[in-house]
Parts: sequence; structure tokens; C-alpha cells
Amino acid sequence: MPTITYIQPDGAARTVDAEHGSTVMLTATTNDVDGIVAECGGNAMCATCHVYVEPEHLERLPAMEEDEDEMLGSTASPRKDNSRLSCQLEVTEELAGLVVRLPETQL
Amino acid sequence: MTGLPGVPPTSGQGEPVVVVGGGQGGFQLAVSLREAGHEGPITIVGDEPRLPYQRPPLSKEYLSGAVTADGVTLRTEQFFASRDITLALGAPVVEIDRVRREVVLGSGERLGYAHLVLATGARPRPLHVPGSDLAGVVSLRSLADAEALRVSLDGVARVVVIGGGFVGMEVAAAATRHGHAVTVVEGLDRPMARVVTPEVSDHVSGAHRASGTTILLNSAVRALRGSGGRVTAVELDTGELLPADLVVTGIGVLPNVELAEAAGLRTGNGVVVDERLVTSDPRISALGDCANYPSVHASGRRIRLESVQNAVDQARFVASRLAGDGQGRYSAVPWFWTHQHGSKVQMAGIPVLDGSHVVHGDVSAGRFSVFRFDRSGCLVTVESVNRAPDHMAARRLLAGDRRPTETDLVAAGYDLKALVA
Repeated sequence: MPTITYIQPDGAARTVDAEHGSTVMLTATTNDVDGIVAECGGNAMCATCHVYVEPEHLERLPAMEEDEDEMLGSTASPRKDNSRLSCQLEVTEELAGLVVRLPETQL
Repeated sequence: MTGLPGVPPTSGQGEPVVVVGGGQGGFQLAVSLREAGHEGPITIVGDEPRLPYQRPPLSKEYLSGAVTADGVTLRTEQFFASRDITLALGAPVVEIDRVRREVVLGSGERLGYAHLVLATGARPRPLHVPGSDLAGVVSLRSLADAEALRVSLDGVARVVVIGGGFVGMEVAAAATRHGHAVTVVEGLDRPMARVVTPEVSDHVSGAHRASGTTILLNSAVRALRGSGGRVTAVELDTGELLPADLVVTGIGVLPNVELAEAAGLRTGNGVVVDERLVTSDPRISALGDCANYPSVHASGRRIRLESVQNAVDQARFVASRLAGDGQGRYSAVPWFWTHQHGSKVQMAGIPVLDGSHVVHGDVSAGRFSVFRFDRSGCLVTVESVNRAPDHMAARRLLAGDRRPTETDLVAAGYDLKALVA
């Protein structure tokens, strides 16, 4: 089973098992990882599941669609080159070992 | 208590807040209130016996099998425990005792409150025709409904959806993709007519028809026919019979106002609240699908919205007010979305029915936006079909103090982003 590591703004890290077909967002909320709000439930409508992907993992991610790109223009914490919406990152074998950092705030 | 006249008392930092309703609004109120620093007890009382969950996926990803019940559950039990939020689930409130400031549960237990929040939601409007109590006639609101519907969809062939609103159309899309023969019966001349413009209705209808769904417009249901207690056909008022193994009704919802009404609170198409979402009792607020409020996005007209955005934003607003952080009026821009057959329709603002509208983009390619203006010519709603940039820009534009006019939009070449900047 792939694992995903979430790093809080204070540096606290947690690694959890991720199920295939789930998303990086859902994996966080179902495992009580703080820092993800996800109020729209994974529809790229709200930009409250923003994460910073560790740069060396960026290449492995699925390409960004237009709605995610647009929504990232509305994040509460600054958008960076490694910003993604975690609801748009489906868990696959390619994502195994992914490391993401949570922003200071989602709202 | 409170200092300013006319300002409802906040809960007080150590005082108990009770939320009636374990949906998205009740969940958000509890979480946001705790995050805002409220130290007193917070209890969510919900009549469904399960953890708060999201409703939007029920007619979309859950029905198509893309997500499970766990996937729609908002947070785990531990999440609530760690925030000291008490869950009283499967515990319907039967009475609000405003004199003693207590809610009474079905078990007879009484919960005292300093402030009470009604997030009671809505329920499917029942279909009142002969035969509507037959087996195989279902509606979709709760996770239990969705579970039953998903099971029902296995092993049936012909599905009739009564009502071409958002839920009905989303169910039709999911059922068609399951391989069923699906017919939608809509009373008006186009689907989703109460919310979107004809152009958007046409686009969505086209996608459904291309996928094999039959959409019958201007059609009324006279009765449901059955055999052995199970539905077999839908009878239209023309006498036409539509064979059906499963009938899904999606003819709107009724706000759950009975508790408020019995407690003597002002109601009328919802629980009536003011611009701060306070009911006629200053110790009781209401939010989400059940709240009827005056909207700055509808020229102060009273509206009641059924959406996640509305529930979440109103919950945050009320939490902030109860925590003493804000005393303004509720003014979040409403937004909404639907996914059907690969098309993403996004809406920002409150639809006006008596204004004008302009279409911009490529309608035939299914990539366009519709800009709706009120009678004074100001932009009030933007509907976007597969045009996320317009939607996001619209949400920002409509949040501003000055809404652009049609002239402004023409001058900007309909580049909404340029107007936001």
C-alpha cells in the first residue's frame, strides 16, 4: 500500500497508508491529518485542500487541469510552483512515498 | 451578555452551544466555533445515526461508485473527540424549550444551551400521486437513501426520474452510465429551469440525450402503477405509460422548520433569520438549507439556498459571531456546481429571473459562460460551462462593492480577470 507523508507548518510529520483510488486529500481527512479543510469535498471548487508538494516529487504527479489551476489562484496561503489541490491527486502506485507540506492556513 | 442594543448575545466563552443537525452546516459550525476559541461545551445533535457526511457526492461520485461511504464521511470520531465536540447522533430533537433554554431529545434527555443553532436542513418534497408509496419509488437525500438507491440500481433495467432539477439530472446521468434505460420527466419546458439559463439547460440536455437518456418536458405525472406492491410504470397526465423498474423522485425539498415552528419562532419557506442569521429569538441562529435570509446578492430579497457553500459559509459566519469576532451582515457570494456527463457547470451569484443575459464563449464546443444582469444592468450571476477561469473571476467580482455592468464587460472583452484586477 502506498504511503503519503504530511508535514505540518511546524515541521511535525506523519506518514499514513493510502488506498488506491483515494486522493491525497481524502487520505488526510480519513486519517485525522490536520490542515486540510476540503469543504467542497474534492471537486476543485474551494481551494481549501491546498498542499505544497516536495519538489522532487512533482514530476510524478498527474498533470494539472484547468479548474485546479484556476482554483489555485484563490488559495489562502501563497501559491507556489509546487502548489497543488490534494483532492485532484489520486492515489496510485506512482505516488507511493509522496511527501506534501501543509500551508499555514486554508481559509 | 451583550453591550450593544439589538445585537444578540454571543454564547460567552464558557457557555454551552447546541447545534441541531449533523449535516455539513452543523459540522462546520461546531468545528469553526472551536477553532475560534470557544471554550464551552459544543454538542451536535443529529437524527441520523452516523457521523456527519457530505451530501453533494451522493448523487454523483457515490452513485457512480467512485467513492464509498467512508469517502463521504467528513471526519472521524477521533477528530470530534480531539476537539471536544460532543456528538449526539441518532438522537432526534423533539422540542425546543425556549423558556428553559433546553432542547429535548426523543429519549427525554434535555440539553441546556446558551445559544442554539438550527441546521436542520431539508427533506425531499413528497410526490403526491396515487401509487407513490409503491416499492421501487425512492428519493435521494441521505446516505441511507443513496445506499438504497445504489443497491436498487443493480438488477433493474428501466429507470424513470421524476423531476429535472440538479439531483434528478445527476441521478439520471449516473443511472445512464450504469447502463440503464433512463427517462427524465420534467414539468417545465427545460431541465434546471429555476436556476440556470436556457443555454445551460440546452447544453446539459444535449449531453444527456447524446448519452441515451430520454428527457420528457412539459410533462406531469398522474399516477404510479404497480403490480404486487411494486412499481411497474409511470403514468403521465396524457395517459402515456412509461414502464419503470425503479422510480426516483427529485422534485425539490422542503425545509425542516417544524421544530422552530413549534417553538414559536418565525418561519416561512424556512426558519426566518435576519442578515446576521439570527432567528426571532436572539439566542437561536439558523443556517444552511433551512434558513431563510435576506441576501445582499439578491438586493436584500429573502432567499433560501440549498448548497454546501451556503451551509459552510453561514456556519463560519455564525461561529465567528458567537465567538465575538464579527457583527457584520452575512454576505458570502453563493456558488454552486454540478457535474453531468463530463460537463462541469459552475454558478456564482443568485439567479434573477427578470433580467437579461449574454452568452460568451463557444456554445457548440460546450465551453461558454452566461452572464446574467439585473434590471439595472448590473451583473448578478455567472454560469460557466467548462470555463473555470470565468467562474473563479466571477466569485471575486461579485464579492466586490461594485458589480460590473454589461457595458463594463463589453469594454473588457468579457475578460473577467481583467475586471477583477
